[in-house]
Amino acid sequence: MTTQATAPTGIPEGFTPDLLDYMLHQMLFMRRFEERTGEMYTKGKIRGFLHLYIGEEACAVGSISALQPQDGLITHYREHGHAIARGIDPKRIMAELFGREGGTSRGRGGSMHIFDKERRMFGGHAIVGGHMPVAVGLALADKKLGKDAVTMCVFGDGGVAEGEFHEALNLSSLWKTPVLWFCENNGYGMGLPLEKSIANDIYKLAEAYRMPSIRVDGMDVIGVRQATDEALKHIRAGNGPYFIEAMTYRYRGHSMADAELYRTKEEVTEMRKNDAIERLKQRMTGAGLLDDAKWDALVERVEREVAECIDWADASPQPQISTLFDDVYRE
Amino acid sequence: MAEMTVIEAIRSTLAEELTSDDRTFILGEDVEAGGVFRATEGLAARFPGRVIDSPLAESSIIGISIGAAHYGMRPIAEIQFADFIHAGFDQLCSEASRWSYRTKGDSWLPMVVRTPWGGGVHGGQHHSQSIEAYYCHMPGIKVVAPSFPADYRSLLRAAIEDPNPVLFLEHKRTYRLIKQDVDDAPAETRLGRSRITRRGNDLTIYAYGLMLHESLAAADTLAGEGIDCTVVDLLTLNPLDKETVLEAAKMTGKVLIVHEDTLTGGFGGELAALIAEHAFEYLDAPIRRVAGPDIPAMPFHHAMEGFFMPNRDKIAAAARDLAAY
Repeated sequence: MTTQATAPTGIPEGFTPDLLDYMLHQMLFMRRFEERTGEMYTKGKIRGFLHLYIGEEACAVGSISALQPQDGLITHYREHGHAIARGIDPKRIMAELFGREGGTSRGRGGSMHIFDKERRMFGGHAIVGGHMPVAVGLALADKKLGKDAVTMCVFGDGGVAEGEFHEALNLSSLWKTPVLWFCENNGYGMGLPLEKSIANDIYKLAEAYRMPSIRVDGMDVIGVRQATDEALKHIRAGNGPYFIEAMTYRYRGHSMADAELYRTKEEVTEMRKNDAIERLKQRMTGAGLLDDAKWDALVERVEREVAECIDWADASPQPQISTLFDDVYRE
Repeated sequence: MAEMTVIEAIRSTLAEELTSDDRTFILGEDVEAGGVFRATEGLAARFPGRVIDSPLAESSIIGISIGAAHYGMRPIAEIQFADFIHAGFDQLCSEASRWSYRTKGDSWLPMVVRTPWGGGVHGGQHHSQSIEAYYCHMPGIKVVAPSFPADYRSLLRAAIEDPNPVLFLEHKRTYRLIKQDVDDAPAETRLGRSRITRRGNDLTIYAYGLMLHESLAAADTLAGEGIDCTVVDLLTLNPLDKETVLEAAKMTGKVLIVHEDTLTGGFGGELAALIAEHAFEYLDAPIRRVAGPDIPAMPFHHAMEGFFMPNRDKIAAAARDLAAY
């Protein structure tokens, strides 16, 4: 993994001040959204199982910001960040976490199952690897229907050991379906470290299925965006799938119930020094695109925006129990 | 159209649906060459690019169908043998069954998974299974198991045109065994309906697939002995036509449930519970079940397979007991 000491500096061509502002805001918003989400869980406003995305923001922002509106997105269960990056109203995301009528699935999905047809984010899937064949089907349909669209499929290193990973990669390559495989490798499948779960480097597994496959620094939002742009160019040209392995790190436990016995506090402290938000902040500051006043204003704005999400979610009505039997079948 | 076998009924319906709806396509193992049972024979040439070979990857065949259906296509997946479908159980049950529910109706899956099921072909443990009970347990998917060619035609069409995931079970022993003039025969066009195929006052037999034919044969024999049977062809197992099931039980007060799946946890248990809950006061005898024995697999040896499979003689024997009760 690229460390801060060797990380790229400066601002590459094509990254306009607006784009950088957007990415910085998105990452900071995700961070604060998740921190407050954790608080809401502790307060009992959110129940069940909660998996925070804190630390991995550059992956979602760098990649999903490159998608077009017609593209599809399908993800694993640690997906609050992806939903935010895809432009789903974060108030509705928070309301879904609260299990309210205003949520993206009106309270039926919860944290792990955010789905928004309009923004073309098709879950939120908590059977690890289960969404990967579905991604091939989405892309196959796009190809058959002659649509200029890509399906981005996000999964973690934990999904790589599932059989469906291999089936889906094989078929996407064989049929040259327009899929962007995006692996967020945070080093642990729940508590299982990578070296105990995968027998090779993940991106090399994808190479074996004959598709371009690269490993990127998932803590560098600019690098992730550049890699994604390159991948989408390849896919949109009709060349079939592309694989990106983004090396990242989650700062919090697997879920809120994780005692984190599988790693040391020192490891987490060390990894936090490579923080993606801090790195973008420094690069923008170095380029004269950010100063203390602008940063403070951004922090204040994000604080307010996240608070609005919580207030909105909390005010959203509880779903009616009488709707329990709705939509089991479509008439 | 005249007389057709079950496999001809399926093949002709697939061809008609591929003709009438551009959104349909077939996905499965060896389907381009016609498939193991020749259900898709000739279709790849007639419909270029719409009959797609998949490698052995059942989970993906179903998962890919989910994705394509979500985007408005109408995939018709074929799982070569029902025994192989379990690799895709997760896709059907954890993904497809709840797509509409989890999105509160924003999204839905018009998809069909066809698969040959059942024993009696000396297929042994991995080519003879009855799988319906696993999937009937799952709200959100429909499970259809016709018996006659005309119903195969009308219900396969209904399944393809239905906006929900449908598991369409084809009893492989009947593919070439059962023939019918499909123009003159009754055909149920709606999923979720059962049919009272034969009416008699002494007892009611419920069955589907090959066992429906065995039950009708048993009813013929019994009629010669003065025992008149009602026979219900269930057609759709999930969602079940509770109204017809209960009506038929109330008509005779004696119930015999037949399936070749193993007894414990088989679909017959659900039928029995339903009848006991809602028609108890009409019953004149304990509900009887004729089913496969509780052993893990259909044995290969022909005599042992015969022991495993219910048939007309076993059904008739159980019916005589029940009639005498």
